[in-house]
Amino acid sequence: MANRAQIPTSNSALIAMIADEDTVVGFLLAGVGNVDLRRKTNYLIVDSKTTVKQIEDAFKEFMTREDIAVVLISQYVANMIRFLVDSYNKPVPAILEIPSKDHPYDPAHDSILSRVKYLFSAESVASGRR
Amino acid sequence: MHLFNNHGNSFPSLLFLLKIATRGHALLKKKSDALTVQFRQILKKIVSSKESMGEIMKTSSFSLTEAKYVAGGNIKHVVLENVHTASLKVRSRQENVAGVKLPKFEYFTEGETKNDLTGLARGGQQVQQCRVAYVKAIEVLVELASLQTSFLTLDEAIKTTNRRVNALENVVKPRLENTISYIKGELDELEREDFFRLKKIQGYKKREIEKQLASAKEFEFAEKDSSQKGISRNSAHNLLSAGREKDEDIIF
Repeated sequence: MANRAQIPTSNSALIAMIADEDTVVGFLLAGVGNVDLRRKTNYLIVDSKTTVKQIEDAFKEFMTREDIAVVLISQYVANMIRFLVDSYNKPVPAILEIPSKDHPYDPAHDSILSRVKYLFSAESVASGRR
Repeated sequence: MHLFNNHGNSFPSLLFLLKIATRGHALLKKKSDALTVQFRQILKKIVSSKESMGEIMKTSSFSLTEAKYVAGGNIKHVVLENVHTASLKVRSRQENVAGVKLPKFEYFTEGETKNDLTGLARGGQQVQQCRVAYVKAIEVLVELASLQTSFLTLDEAIKTTNRRVNALENVVKPRLENTISYIKGELDELEREDFFRLKKIQGYKKREIEKQLASAKEFEFAEKDSSQKGISRNSAHNLLSAGREKDEDIIF
Protein backbone atom coordinates (compact mmCIF):
# COMPACT_ATOMS: atom_id res chain seq x y z
CA MET A 1 0.00 0.00 0.00
CA ALA A 2 3.03 2.20 0.35
CA ASN A 3 3.47 2.44 -3.40
CA ARG A 4 0.09 4.01 -4.06
CA ALA A 5 0.20 7.73 -4.64
CA GLN A 6 -1.39 9.63 -1.82
CA ILE A 7 -4.46 11.61 -2.87
CA PRO A 8 -3.81 15.15 -1.71
CA THR A 9 -6.39 16.59 0.60
CA SER A 10 -6.68 20.27 0.10
CA ASN A 11 -8.81 22.92 1.63
CA SER A 12 -9.32 24.90 -1.48
CA ALA A 13 -8.92 23.78 -5.05
CA LEU A 14 -10.20 25.06 -8.36
CA ILE A 15 -12.46 23.65 -11.01
CA ALA A 16 -10.91 23.91 -14.47
CA MET A 17 -12.88 24.03 -17.74
CA ILE A 18 -12.15 23.20 -21.35
CA ALA A 19 -15.40 23.78 -23.19
CA ASP A 20 -17.26 25.79 -25.76
CA GLU A 21 -17.93 29.44 -25.20
CA ASP A 22 -21.45 29.18 -23.87
CA THR A 23 -20.64 26.53 -21.31
CA VAL A 24 -17.60 28.40 -20.07
CA VAL A 25 -19.48 31.68 -19.83
CA GLY A 26 -22.21 29.98 -17.84
CA PHE A 27 -19.76 28.56 -15.34
CA LEU A 28 -17.83 31.79 -15.13
CA LEU A 29 -21.09 33.44 -14.24
CA ALA A 30 -21.42 31.00 -11.37
CA GLY A 31 -18.04 32.10 -10.06
CA VAL A 32 -15.83 29.21 -11.03
CA GLY A 33 -13.39 31.26 -13.04
CA ASN A 34 -10.02 32.18 -11.67
CA VAL A 35 -7.32 34.48 -13.01
CA ASP A 36 -4.17 34.75 -11.02
CA LEU A 37 -1.52 37.43 -10.89
CA ARG A 38 0.32 35.95 -13.81
CA ARG A 39 -2.86 36.06 -15.88
CA LYS A 40 -3.07 32.28 -15.80
CA THR A 41 -6.65 31.12 -16.06
CA ASN A 42 -8.34 27.91 -15.11
CA TYR A 43 -10.39 27.73 -18.28
CA LEU A 44 -9.98 27.42 -22.01
CA ILE A 45 -12.68 28.46 -24.45
CA VAL A 46 -12.68 26.11 -27.42
CA ASP A 47 -13.99 27.44 -30.72
CA SER A 48 -13.50 26.66 -34.35
CA LYS A 49 -10.12 28.36 -34.35
CA THR A 50 -8.65 26.45 -31.44
CA THR A 51 -6.01 23.94 -32.46
CA VAL A 52 -5.74 20.47 -31.04
CA LYS A 53 -2.28 21.36 -29.75
CA GLN A 54 -3.72 24.22 -27.72
CA ILE A 55 -6.30 21.91 -26.22
CA GLU A 56 -3.64 19.30 -25.45
CA ASP A 57 -1.41 21.85 -23.77
CA ALA A 58 -4.22 23.26 -21.68
CA PHE A 59 -5.30 19.79 -20.63
CA LYS A 60 -1.79 18.77 -19.67
CA GLU A 61 -1.32 21.98 -17.74
CA PHE A 62 -4.55 21.59 -15.82
CA MET A 63 -3.77 17.99 -14.96
CA THR A 64 -0.40 18.86 -13.49
CA ARG A 65 -1.42 21.93 -11.53
CA GLU A 66 -1.56 21.31 -7.82
CA ASP A 67 -4.46 23.64 -7.19
CA ILE A 68 -6.92 22.05 -9.62
CA ALA A 69 -9.09 19.23 -8.35
CA VAL A 70 -11.69 18.89 -11.11
CA VAL A 71 -11.40 19.35 -14.87
CA LEU A 72 -14.65 19.81 -16.78
CA ILE A 73 -14.30 19.05 -20.45
CA SER A 74 -16.92 19.02 -23.16
CA GLN A 75 -17.29 15.57 -24.54
CA TYR A 76 -16.71 16.62 -28.14
CA VAL A 77 -13.46 18.31 -27.07
CA ALA A 78 -12.48 15.22 -25.12
CA ASN A 79 -12.97 13.20 -28.28
CA MET A 80 -10.36 15.36 -30.00
CA ILE A 81 -7.76 14.44 -27.41
CA ARG A 82 -9.23 11.04 -26.52
CA PHE A 83 -5.87 9.28 -26.36
CA LEU A 84 -4.56 11.83 -23.89
CA VAL A 85 -7.67 11.69 -21.74
CA ASP A 86 -7.66 7.90 -21.64
CA SER A 87 -3.99 7.74 -20.73
CA TYR A 88 -4.52 9.57 -17.46
CA ASN A 89 -4.80 7.13 -14.61
CA LYS A 90 -4.62 9.50 -11.69
CA PRO A 91 -7.82 9.81 -9.70
CA VAL A 92 -7.09 13.47 -8.98
CA PRO A 93 -7.73 15.81 -10.75
CA ALA A 94 -11.06 14.24 -11.66
CA ILE A 95 -11.89 14.45 -15.36
CA LEU A 96 -15.59 14.97 -16.01
CA GLU A 97 -16.97 14.86 -19.52
CA ILE A 98 -19.92 17.18 -19.90
CA PRO A 99 -22.33 17.63 -22.76
CA SER A 100 -22.56 20.80 -24.74
CA LYS A 101 -25.44 22.44 -26.52
CA ASP A 102 -24.84 20.74 -29.86
CA HIS A 103 -23.44 17.50 -28.52
CA PRO A 104 -25.60 15.73 -25.97
CA TYR A 105 -23.97 13.39 -23.51
CA ASP A 106 -22.96 10.00 -24.85
CA PRO A 107 -22.00 7.43 -22.22
CA ALA A 108 -20.45 5.16 -24.81
CA HIS A 109 -17.54 7.55 -25.26
CA ASP A 110 -16.98 8.46 -21.66
CA SER A 111 -13.43 7.47 -20.81
CA ILE A 112 -14.33 6.43 -17.28
CA LEU A 113 -17.37 4.36 -18.17
CA SER A 114 -15.65 2.72 -21.12
CA ARG A 115 -13.13 1.29 -18.67
CA VAL A 116 -15.83 -0.77 -17.05
CA LYS A 117 -17.81 -1.57 -20.16
CA TYR A 118 -17.59 -5.22 -19.28
CA LEU A 119 -19.67 -4.58 -16.16
CA PHE A 120 -22.51 -3.16 -18.20
CA SER A 121 -25.21 -5.52 -19.24
CA ALA A 122 -27.63 -4.47 -21.95
CA GLU A 123 -30.30 -3.75 -19.34
CA SER A 124 -28.50 -1.21 -17.20
CA VAL A 125 -27.58 1.00 -20.12
CA ALA A 126 -31.01 0.68 -21.68
CA SER A 127 -32.79 1.51 -18.44
CA GLY A 128 -30.81 4.72 -18.20
CA ARG A 129 -31.73 5.79 -21.65
CA ARG A 130 -35.42 5.70 -20.91
CA MET B 1 3.59 -21.37 19.25
CA HIS B 2 7.32 -20.92 19.29
CA LEU B 3 8.11 -17.91 17.22
CA PHE B 4 11.57 -17.11 18.47
CA ASN B 5 14.64 -19.29 18.79
CA ASN B 6 17.24 -18.78 21.49
CA HIS B 7 18.99 -16.03 19.59
CA GLY B 8 15.92 -13.85 19.52
CA ASN B 9 15.40 -14.18 15.77
CA SER B 10 12.05 -15.13 14.40
CA PHE B 11 12.00 -18.83 13.55
CA PRO B 12 8.48 -19.78 12.61
CA SER B 13 7.74 -23.35 11.70
CA LEU B 14 6.43 -24.19 8.28
CA LEU B 15 3.11 -25.30 9.64
CA PHE B 16 2.66 -21.95 11.35
CA LEU B 17 3.48 -20.12 8.11
CA LEU B 18 0.93 -22.19 6.28
CA LYS B 19 -1.62 -21.37 8.92
CA ILE B 20 -1.10 -17.63 8.64
CA ALA B 21 -0.99 -17.79 4.86
CA THR B 22 -4.36 -19.47 4.87
CA ARG B 23 -5.76 -16.97 7.33
CA GLY B 24 -4.40 -14.02 5.36
CA HIS B 25 -5.84 -15.41 2.17
CA ALA B 26 -9.31 -15.68 3.69
CA LEU B 27 -9.16 -12.15 5.12
CA LEU B 28 -7.97 -10.60 1.88
CA LYS B 29 -10.72 -12.35 0.00
CA LYS B 30 -13.24 -10.83 2.36
CA LYS B 31 -11.71 -7.41 1.83
CA SER B 32 -11.83 -7.84 -1.90
CA ASP B 33 -15.50 -8.81 -1.75
CA ALA B 34 -16.37 -5.82 0.45
CA LEU B 35 -14.54 -3.46 -1.89
CA THR B 36 -16.24 -4.95 -4.92
CA VAL B 37 -19.65 -4.40 -3.37
CA GLN B 38 -18.77 -0.72 -2.77
CA PHE B 39 -17.40 -0.50 -6.28
CA ARG B 40 -20.62 -1.66 -7.89
CA GLN B 41 -22.69 0.67 -5.75
CA ILE B 42 -20.57 3.62 -6.77
CA LEU B 43 -20.71 2.62 -10.39
CA LYS B 44 -24.52 2.59 -10.27
CA LYS B 45 -24.51 6.03 -8.70
CA ILE B 46 -22.13 7.31 -11.35
CA VAL B 47 -24.30 6.11 -14.18
CA SER B 48 -27.44 7.72 -12.78
CA SER B 49 -25.51 10.87 -11.83
CA LYS B 50 -24.20 11.29 -15.33
CA GLU B 51 -27.71 11.02 -16.69
CA SER B 52 -29.02 13.72 -14.39
CA MET B 53 -25.99 15.84 -15.18
CA GLY B 54 -26.99 15.73 -18.82
CA GLU B 55 -30.41 17.06 -17.85
CA ILE B 56 -29.09 19.82 -15.62
CA MET B 57 -26.65 21.01 -18.21
CA LYS B 58 -29.46 21.29 -20.72
CA THR B 59 -31.50 23.36 -18.28
CA SER B 60 -28.58 25.62 -17.51
CA SER B 61 -27.86 26.03 -21.18
CA PHE B 62 -31.43 27.15 -21.85
CA SER B 63 -31.22 29.57 -18.99
CA LEU B 64 -28.06 31.04 -20.45
CA THR B 65 -29.64 31.42 -23.86
CA GLU B 66 -32.54 33.22 -22.26
CA ALA B 67 -30.23 35.55 -20.40
CA LYS B 68 -28.30 36.30 -23.55
CA TYR B 69 -31.47 37.02 -25.43
CA VAL B 70 -32.82 39.35 -22.78
CA ALA B 71 -29.52 41.06 -22.28
CA GLY B 72 -29.61 41.83 -25.94
CA GLY B 73 -26.50 40.26 -27.27
CA ASN B 74 -23.41 38.61 -26.05
CA ILE B 75 -22.75 38.82 -22.35
CA LYS B 76 -19.48 37.01 -22.83
CA HIS B 77 -17.26 40.06 -22.63
CA VAL B 78 -18.83 41.39 -19.51
CA VAL B 79 -18.52 38.06 -17.78
CA LEU B 80 -14.93 37.59 -18.87
CA GLU B 81 -14.02 40.99 -17.56
CA ASN B 82 -15.43 40.04 -14.24
CA VAL B 83 -13.28 37.02 -13.60
CA HIS B 84 -10.81 37.47 -10.79
CA THR B 85 -10.43 34.95 -8.04
CA ALA B 86 -12.80 32.03 -8.05
CA SER B 87 -15.59 32.23 -5.56
CA LEU B 88 -16.67 28.66 -6.17
CA LYS B 89 -14.06 26.14 -5.17
CA VAL B 90 -13.81 22.59 -3.91
CA ARG B 91 -12.19 21.01 -0.94
CA SER B 92 -11.30 17.37 -0.58
CA ARG B 93 -11.37 15.05 2.39
CA GLN B 94 -10.59 11.39 2.77
CA GLU B 95 -13.08 8.78 3.82
CA ASN B 96 -12.05 5.35 5.01
CA VAL B 97 -14.09 2.62 3.37
CA ALA B 98 -13.24 -1.01 4.14
CA GLY B 99 -9.66 -0.01 4.80
CA VAL B 100 -9.27 2.10 1.67
CA LYS B 101 -8.97 5.86 1.79
CA LEU B 102 -11.42 7.32 -0.68
CA PRO B 103 -11.41 11.03 -1.58
CA LYS B 104 -14.55 13.10 -1.34
CA PHE B 105 -15.09 16.52 -2.83
CA GLU B 106 -17.25 19.28 -1.45
CA TYR B 107 -17.89 22.56 -3.14
CA PHE B 108 -17.94 25.75 -1.19
CA THR B 109 -18.20 29.41 -1.88
CA GLU B 110 -15.56 31.78 -0.75
CA GLY B 111 -15.85 35.47 -0.82
CA GLU B 112 -18.46 37.36 -2.71
CA THR B 113 -19.36 36.47 -6.25
CA LYS B 114 -18.81 39.66 -8.04
CA ASN B 115 -22.17 41.00 -8.90
CA ASP B 116 -20.57 43.75 -10.79
CA LEU B 117 -22.31 43.06 -14.05
CA THR B 118 -23.07 46.67 -14.56
CA GLY B 119 -22.11 46.38 -18.16
CA LEU B 120 -25.39 44.62 -18.77
CA ALA B 121 -28.09 46.99 -19.72
CA ARG B 122 -30.96 44.63 -19.11
CA GLY B 123 -31.78 41.19 -17.98
CA GLY B 124 -30.46 41.24 -14.44
CA GLN B 125 -33.09 38.75 -13.35
CA GLN B 126 -32.41 36.28 -16.11
CA VAL B 127 -28.74 36.53 -15.46
CA GLN B 128 -29.39 35.78 -11.81
CA GLN B 129 -31.44 32.74 -12.73
CA CYS B 130 -28.75 31.62 -15.08
CA ARG B 131 -26.18 31.92 -12.35
CA VAL B 132 -28.33 29.87 -9.99
CA ALA B 133 -28.76 27.20 -12.66
CA TYR B 134 -25.05 26.90 -13.19
CA VAL B 135 -24.31 26.77 -9.49
CA LYS B 136 -26.76 23.87 -9.25
CA ALA B 137 -24.94 22.24 -12.13
CA ILE B 138 -21.65 22.63 -10.27
CA GLU B 139 -23.19 20.93 -7.25
CA VAL B 140 -24.05 17.85 -9.31
CA LEU B 141 -20.70 17.94 -11.06
CA VAL B 142 -18.71 18.04 -7.84
CA GLU B 143 -20.72 15.11 -6.50
CA LEU B 144 -19.91 13.29 -9.73
CA ALA B 145 -16.23 14.12 -9.36
CA SER B 146 -16.26 12.60 -5.88
CA LEU B 147 -17.87 9.44 -7.17
CA GLN B 148 -15.45 9.21 -10.03
CA THR B 149 -12.29 9.53 -7.95
CA SER B 150 -13.65 7.04 -5.41
CA PHE B 151 -14.37 4.72 -8.28
CA LEU B 152 -10.87 4.94 -9.72
CA THR B 153 -9.24 4.56 -6.31
CA LEU B 154 -11.39 1.53 -5.50
CA ASP B 155 -10.52 0.01 -8.84
CA GLU B 156 -6.82 0.25 -7.99
CA ALA B 157 -7.38 -1.12 -4.50
CA ILE B 158 -9.40 -4.07 -5.76
CA LYS B 159 -6.76 -4.92 -8.35
CA THR B 160 -4.01 -4.83 -5.71
CA THR B 161 -5.96 -6.93 -3.23
CA ASN B 162 -6.86 -9.50 -5.87
CA ARG B 163 -3.23 -9.70 -6.92
CA ARG B 164 -2.31 -10.51 -3.34
CA VAL B 165 -5.08 -13.08 -3.00
CA ASN B 166 -3.96 -14.80 -6.16
CA ALA B 167 -0.33 -14.70 -5.09
CA LEU B 168 -1.14 -16.36 -1.80
CA GLU B 169 -3.36 -18.93 -3.42
CA ASN B 170 -1.21 -19.86 -6.39
CA VAL B 171 2.33 -19.31 -5.20
CA VAL B 172 2.87 -19.04 -1.47
CA LYS B 173 0.53 -21.73 -0.22
CA PRO B 174 1.44 -24.39 -2.79
CA ARG B 175 5.12 -23.80 -2.08
CA LEU B 176 4.62 -24.18 1.64
CA GLU B 177 2.45 -27.24 1.16
CA ASN B 178 5.00 -28.83 -1.15
CA THR B 179 7.82 -28.20 1.27
CA ILE B 180 5.79 -29.61 4.14
CA SER B 181 4.81 -32.75 2.26
CA TYR B 182 8.39 -33.22 1.05
CA ILE B 183 9.70 -33.02 4.59
CA LYS B 184 6.99 -35.36 5.82
CA GLY B 185 7.91 -37.78 3.07
CA GLU B 186 11.57 -37.69 4.02
CA LEU B 187 10.78 -38.22 7.66
CA ASP B 188 8.53 -41.13 6.82
CA GLU B 189 11.21 -42.65 4.68
CA LEU B 190 13.78 -42.29 7.45
CA GLU B 191 11.36 -43.90 9.82
CA ARG B 192 10.83 -46.77 7.44
CA GLU B 193 14.56 -47.20 7.03
CA ASP B 194 15.01 -47.27 10.77
CA PHE B 195 12.23 -49.75 11.14
CA PHE B 196 13.72 -51.93 8.44
CA ARG B 197 17.15 -51.76 10.08
CA LEU B 198 15.63 -52.67 13.39
CA LYS B 199 13.84 -55.63 11.90
CA LYS B 200 17.00 -56.79 10.19
CA ILE B 201 18.96 -56.60 13.41
CA GLN B 202 16.25 -58.42 15.22
CA GLY B 203 16.43 -61.08 12.56
CA TYR B 204 20.20 -61.44 12.99
CA LYS B 205 19.89 -61.64 16.70
CA LYS B 206 17.23 -64.24 16.42
CA ARG B 207 19.37 -66.36 14.15
CA GLU B 208 22.32 -65.95 16.47
CA ILE B 209 20.26 -67.18 19.37
CA GLU B 210 18.95 -70.09 17.34
CA LYS B 211 22.46 -71.01 16.32
CA GLN B 212 23.61 -70.96 19.89
CA LEU B 213 20.68 -73.02 20.96
CA ALA B 214 21.40 -75.48 18.23
CA SER B 215 25.06 -75.82 19.16
CA ALA B 216 24.16 -76.11 22.81
CA LYS B 217 21.81 -78.98 21.98
CA GLU B 218 24.52 -80.70 19.99
CA PHE B 219 26.86 -80.51 22.93
CA GLU B 220 24.26 -81.93 25.24
CA PHE B 221 23.63 -84.69 22.82
CA ALA B 222 27.32 -85.34 22.56
CA GLU B 223 27.51 -85.53 26.36
CA LYS B 224 24.69 -87.99 26.47
CA ASP B 225 26.34 -89.89 23.74
CA SER B 226 29.66 -90.04 25.48
CA SER B 227 28.10 -91.05 28.79
CA GLN B 228 26.43 -93.86 26.94
CA LYS B 229 29.75 -94.71 25.43
CA GLY B 230 31.13 -94.64 28.98
CA ILE B 231 28.83 -97.45 30.00
CA SER B 232 29.97 -99.56 27.13
CA ARG B 233 33.51 -98.69 28.22
CA ASN B 234 32.72 -100.29 31.58
CA SER B 235 31.27 -103.29 29.98
CA ALA B 236 34.32 -103.30 27.87
CA HIS B 237 36.27 -103.17 31.10
CA ASN B 238 34.44 -106.22 32.38
CA LEU B 239 35.08 -107.97 29.23
CA LEU B 240 38.63 -107.05 29.47
CA SER B 241 38.91 -108.06 33.10
CA ALA B 242 37.12 -111.28 32.32
CA GLY B 243 39.43 -112.00 29.56
CA ARG B 244 42.54 -111.04 31.71
CA GLU B 245 43.98 -114.51 32.03
CA LYS B 246 43.80 -115.17 28.48
CA ASP B 247 45.48 -111.94 27.42
CA GLU B 248 49.03 -111.51 28.65
CA ASP B 249 49.45 -108.20 26.94
CA ILE B 250 47.04 -106.47 29.24
CA ILE B 251 48.79 -105.14 32.20
CA PHE B 252 46.67 -104.51 35.29
